[in-house]
Amino acid sequence: MAKAYTPGLKVSPRTTFQARRLLPVVGTVRVAVGDRVSADMVVAETFLEGDVFPIKLAALMQTNPKDLPSLMLKKVGDAVAVGDPLARSKGIFGLMKSEAKSTAAGTLESVSDSTGMVIVRGPRLAVQVKAYVGGRVAEVIAGEGVIVETPAAFVQGIFGVGGEVSGPLRIIASSHTETLDESRIDPSMKGAIVVGGARMSAGAIRRAREVGVAAIIAGGIDDADLRDVLGYDLGVAVTGSERIGITLIVTEGFGDIAMARRTFDLLASHAGRAASVNGATQIRAGVMRPEIVIPLDSAVSGEVFSGGATAGLLDLGTRVRVIRDPHFGLLGEVSALPEQPAVLGSGSKARVLEVTLDSGERVTVPRANVELVGE
Amino acid sequence: MRIVATDCGSTTTKAILIEEKDGVFRQTFRGEAPTTVEEPFADVTLGVTNSVTELQELSGYTLVADDGTIIRRTSPSDPVGCDLYISTSSAGGGLQMMVAGVVREMTAESAKRAALGAGAIVMDTIASNDRRKPHEQIQRIRELRPDMVLVSGGTDGGDTKKVTEIAELIAPARPRPRFGGEYSLPLIYAGNKDARPAIERCFGGEGFALSIVENLRPTLEQENLGPARERIHDVFLEHVMAHAPGYDKLMRWANAPIMPTPGAVGDILQTIAKGRGINVVGVDIGGATTDMFSVFGGVFNRTVSANLGMSYSISNVCAEAGMASVLRWVHLDMDERELRNRVKNKMIRPTTIPQTLDALVFEQAVSREALRLAFVQHKAFATTLKGVQQQRTVGDTFSQAEVGKSIVNPMAMDLMVASGGVLSHAPRMEQTALMMIDAFEPEGFTEIAKDSIFMMPHLGVLASVNARAAMEVFEKDCLIVLGWCVAPRGEVRQGKPAFAWSLRPEGAAAREGTLLGGQMQLLRLEPGARATLEVRPEKGLDMGAGPGKPLSREVTGGMVGVILDARGRPLRLPDSHADRRAAVEGWLRALEVY
Repeated sequence: MAKAYTPGLKVSPRTTFQARRLLPVVGTVRVAVGDRVSADMVVAETFLEGDVFPIKLAALMQTNPKDLPSLMLKKVGDAVAVGDPLARSKGIFGLMKSEAKSTAAGTLESVSDSTGMVIVRGPRLAVQVKAYVGGRVAEVIAGEGVIVETPAAFVQGIFGVGGEVSGPLRIIASSHTETLDESRIDPSMKGAIVVGGARMSAGAIRRAREVGVAAIIAGGIDDADLRDVLGYDLGVAVTGSERIGITLIVTEGFGDIAMARRTFDLLASHAGRAASVNGATQIRAGVMRPEIVIPLDSAVSGEVFSGGATAGLLDLGTRVRVIRDPHFGLLGEVSALPEQPAVLGSGSKARVLEVTLDSGERVTVPRANVELVGE
Repeated sequence: MRIVATDCGSTTTKAILIEEKDGVFRQTFRGEAPTTVEEPFADVTLGVTNSVTELQELSGYTLVADDGTIIRRTSPSDPVGCDLYISTSSAGGGLQMMVAGVVREMTAESAKRAALGAGAIVMDTIASNDRRKPHEQIQRIRELRPDMVLVSGGTDGGDTKKVTEIAELIAPARPRPRFGGEYSLPLIYAGNKDARPAIERCFGGEGFALSIVENLRPTLEQENLGPARERIHDVFLEHVMAHAPGYDKLMRWANAPIMPTPGAVGDILQTIAKGRGINVVGVDIGGATTDMFSVFGGVFNRTVSANLGMSYSISNVCAEAGMASVLRWVHLDMDERELRNRVKNKMIRPTTIPQTLDALVFEQAVSREALRLAFVQHKAFATTLKGVQQQRTVGDTFSQAEVGKSIVNPMAMDLMVASGGVLSHAPRMEQTALMMIDAFEPEGFTEIAKDSIFMMPHLGVLASVNARAAMEVFEKDCLIVLGWCVAPRGEVRQGKPAFAWSLRPEGAAAREGTLLGGQMQLLRLEPGARATLEVRPEKGLDMGAGPGKPLSREVTGGMVGVILDARGRPLRLPDSHADRRAAVEGWLRALEVY
């Protein structure tokens, strides 16, 4: 029987979720193995070297760089504040001395006698890493961070913007096919992660930002609305660092598209629970999709999941979603997997499969244009 | 002789088999498998073994040993194994570099040219006059995670202060290497030799692995990129590759140093340009980036347009070019809002392929704009040296300075080579030819070819160990000749005669005609067939012999034939929607594109 591997997004009612929480440079881990942590608890912290401020001191004093070291009032390693005199010229017969003052605060790091430049390094910058999800510390990586583990319901989105947030899950659509408009958003949703059905409208996003909603999860979004939210046209799908005051996650794609029923039902079954979401998406080598993690109380056994792309076997009867026009977004079942490539409407030759859509219609689509949904 | 070559790309590892039969080298089989650099495999050699295993199954030769290694023959009569194994790599994001120089248009630009020519992606170029404040430059350096840094600046014997200043900015910023925090960041210095002691003081300590090579701009009039490029290749192997998963093993397997994929493509194009004595433009359009290569008058240039591509970057192409520019090439009705959503859906699901004709037409329209923008960037970069002092006379006062002028001259372009998914996999070769013509606007007589299965990287490395084999395979199996584009430079008068032509194929009846301004015509000529094409342009139009001057040249046939293009250069599409659409429909019909 013909089979093939195809990508799909993870939608799991119960899994063991692991969050790898690492510092960018070596630092101190604040928790121990077995500790219970909440999403906003600091688990590790460190200090980054401060910013560097170069000052062209010899030029400012109109002196030869070679003479600069002998004119310095501060030594390498000394603390300096803005306005502190750094060097003083010898003047003429001891008169008309000029001083050069520091334009930055920090520590004097170097004095160059070849260029006349001094470097002031600013104060160290504190970096903290939070747990992100509520759970138990499963592993401590000395000096680097921790792995937080929790039984969880887990959903991967297809695309998102905005970073990590956590809050209670609020289901505000009556079905997976309902468009999310602004009338559904009210001030009681401040700090919540709200779940809509189909496309999130521009009005809903605007209202959600006004009332302080932490995140919106819905089936789709219109590209024009995304552009309005961001203030620019997104060129490449590398996101997560936007500062737009809200995290947006779509589970299916761009346009008017309903959330997969299984995804909606899973989220709805956890209404009111604390959830952690991250809109960060990176569609390059080492693909990263946005995620929704809902920690559960009881332990589960079985697979451990810590993000990343998934893939599965495509077989007769497998539930798939068509992910390219002309049948974009439609769901169905694989009803044939012909071995031989077929000529498409575009004139290209490609390996195809036949899908019996939920409407009963049978369509032929390239294998590259479906993904697993596992409903 | 039997040669196995692989190219380890970001997603796919491609293997080819080259065999010498009856004294001639030919490419005989190909295989491919997913690249295995990333988790859970984290060993590039698994993908190599898998792709060579496919070669083995197709060819019937035993090439792979039980332990996955590639078997070498002990004698030419040995039925098992190959004689030579070579590889290129762009997996894991290729070679990523930061470059620095003193003056942006001079030493910094030469440094960038050296890095690009060696096959690197240049993440940023730091220069004294790059319009950023020193602390902004330092912040940027701290954010980047390059594989290596190239620092240049100053001419030999000139001022040392400025280049030392640049070094004093980079050193305290302590840029960190992309792979692992433990190894020192390789830094190559190729600037004023008098500044070497100061450079050694700056970078001699912990955190940097400093190497010093000859100045890449010893005088303002001279660029000397060779030593810097070679050192980049060495450092790529010693530091970068050695830290990538499985590459230590791959390096031991291979009979020649592993090259960055674009570096290898550049090498084969230079070999061809030199061998045939022609000017060449090559393009490789991928999902995320577009690489452009050119050799004009023996001078090689490469640019990478980082965010111009057909899947990951498709949305960026539409944003940069503007949807109106994309849609001007489309002859079908399309709804812009829906198209915008489609573009984003392709971006987030980059592996999907067009199923319908209108989806294909739209993608090919996007590709024209991606190629056009990449070519604009390439032309702006491939220039004569800037900063060269010129002796000028009173007579020169009114002439334009030739300093910093693009050396990419569409009239002097003899051959265009297309590669990359949207060009290679177009269902009809006419589509590939027209995308190239619309994007690059060749003038005069230009031959168009495509790389059959993206074999240029393999042949680039092969050229370093067996130049004859590389040339023979390139000519016979790598290039598929599509045909010629013949087009006048200058503004045509719409609907009025632009040029008369007559085609006299060897052993066949002659054809002749006149092309009106705004028209295109396809003259079919079988692959390998030879013909003489004479053109007589109208006054003001130049087809290679000067404005209004007739020209006769030999052309060869191809999968498409000879495309006569009387749309004028620069190429302008009609302003009104109806006229534009009628014009585009006419061109597509004339060339039997869809």
